[in-house]
Amino acid sequence: MISDVLRNLFTSGELVSGIGETFYMVCLATLFAYVIGLPLGLLLVTTDKKGVRPMPVLNTVLGIVVNILRSIPFLILAVMLIPFTRAIVGTSIGSTATIVPLVIGSAPFVARMVESSAKEVDPGIIEAAQSMGASTGQIIFKVLLPEAKPSLVVGAAITITTILGYSAMAGFVGGGGLGTIAVSYGYNRYQTDIMLLTVALLVVIVQLFQEIGMRLAKRIDRRIH
Amino acid sequence: MLQNTTEPGAEKPIIELQGLCKTFRTKAGEVRALENIDLAIQPGEIFGVIGLSGAGKSTLVRCINCLEAPTAGKVLLEGRDLVKLSKKELLEARRSIGMIFQGFHLLEQRTALKNVCFPLEIAGVKHEEAEARAKELLELVGLADRMESYPSQLSGGQKQRVAIARALATNPKVLLCDEATSALDPNTTRSILALLKSVNQQFGVTIVVITHEMKVIEQICHRVAVIDQSRIVELGTVQEVFIRPKSAIARELILPTGGQSKEIPLGRRCLRIVFDGNSSFEPVISGLTLACGVLVNILFADTKDIDGRAFGQMLIQLPDDDGAIESIQAYLDEHGIYHKEEGEYDF
Repeated sequence: MISDVLRNLFTSGELVSGIGETFYMVCLATLFAYVIGLPLGLLLVTTDKKGVRPMPVLNTVLGIVVNILRSIPFLILAVMLIPFTRAIVGTSIGSTATIVPLVIGSAPFVARMVESSAKEVDPGIIEAAQSMGASTGQIIFKVLLPEAKPSLVVGAAITITTILGYSAMAGFVGGGGLGTIAVSYGYNRYQTDIMLLTVALLVVIVQLFQEIGMRLAKRIDRRIH
Repeated sequence: MLQNTTEPGAEKPIIELQGLCKTFRTKAGEVRALENIDLAIQPGEIFGVIGLSGAGKSTLVRCINCLEAPTAGKVLLEGRDLVKLSKKELLEARRSIGMIFQGFHLLEQRTALKNVCFPLEIAGVKHEEAEARAKELLELVGLADRMESYPSQLSGGQKQRVAIARALATNPKVLLCDEATSALDPNTTRSILALLKSVNQQFGVTIVVITHEMKVIEQICHRVAVIDQSRIVELGTVQEVFIRPKSAIARELILPTGGQSKEIPLGRRCLRIVFDGNSSFEPVISGLTLACGVLVNILFADTKDIDGRAFGQMLIQLPDDDGAIESIQAYLDEHGIYHKEEGEYDF
């Protein structure tokens, strides 16, 4: 059962551009989320009381900020950030504008993912590096990051799928992409088939990213052969 | 408490610990891991530190390269106090102290070759130069054919060989071994210890060995410090400590204890006979039974070849006849064999 609306969606190219917008938002948001989240996560690990360079005050403050940002539901964060988004992008509607709340909403998540990946690195390896006279920077770039790489890749796959979920939610506040299509046709106009179709597409995209991430992580990991 | 008389010539110690203390603050209160440790390690020697787990030996070795900052005292490396160095100077100084661990601690995402290159990268050595040096070292430790293997593809013994090559990459003067053979089987342990010994002889690297196993000390160390409850309770050459252990803890480490000892009948008088050098090639026990006309029951025997000389000990059960005991002791004295009645020693 293919409704006329669905056919129109295809012929008008709305669905295809929706998929494109979703990829655009998700990829750029993931990139910027890592630009902020990766250093933040590494800072959380190194300043931890068991870290390479303990700084209890900074660590506690960072931890609290990350927790606050993580506890705000994404949709509410997106609404709260509207003035900020408008100031940066010039508008709060559309896929480019949605990147702003996506980045701010997911960067703390990325920080926690990076932190947990880096904490998986055997403390003994770090101690060995310290015994060789490695500086904090050398430990971060030559030990923590390379040793945690497979776990970081898995984390990135999880992050992408989370951001994808956020981007679909952003459909309610005019975020663009598949989310907007699902909301405007499925929710506002009760066209369930279109909603289901967009959901199916989202499922496929999630599977794709997750699978690629997992396979990549397995391929680069030198621990099991 | 320290005597350097055992070393030929009065060389300046390469490592000197003076009044070293380390206290850990935990939620349960202060834990004193090390109390007033004085120790001098001579250049070129293999120095053992033995103790039961929790005695403080791991903390002690970590104070030598300041991985643990001492609470008080001095850590002198060739006369320079590491505690007083700036962070940058300390990182520099650590390059002259290699370290290997019980858990190997190799970088899992790097090949054996790249692992050995690692300390050189840190020291800023050029890539080609580092690889050449790493190859040379892997050949030295007998892993020329495993250079491109990842740690997960290597056995425990091979991993420790890579770790040794890695620790030697920066040409350190000192090599610290923290329970380096405790995760290995007896045969692999022997071969790793033999490797350490040859490294010591070939390059004159001073080696500090931390262990809870007397057999490790026996096989490679020149001198040994016995650590118990955060203090050094005994220090001397391996022969001295092995033949005449003064502290209860040293005797416990040397003599069989645990499950084995429960089979030894309590309340009987026992005599510990220590063989050193030539005497273990003589038929001492046969001679003793013939000369004294008594039957002896051997409760425990462990003799081995150490450093080209034979060492060992035996625990024999004494007959109930005082006269016979005296004649046994006289026989042993006559043959210059150290013996000690272990009746008061609680197994």
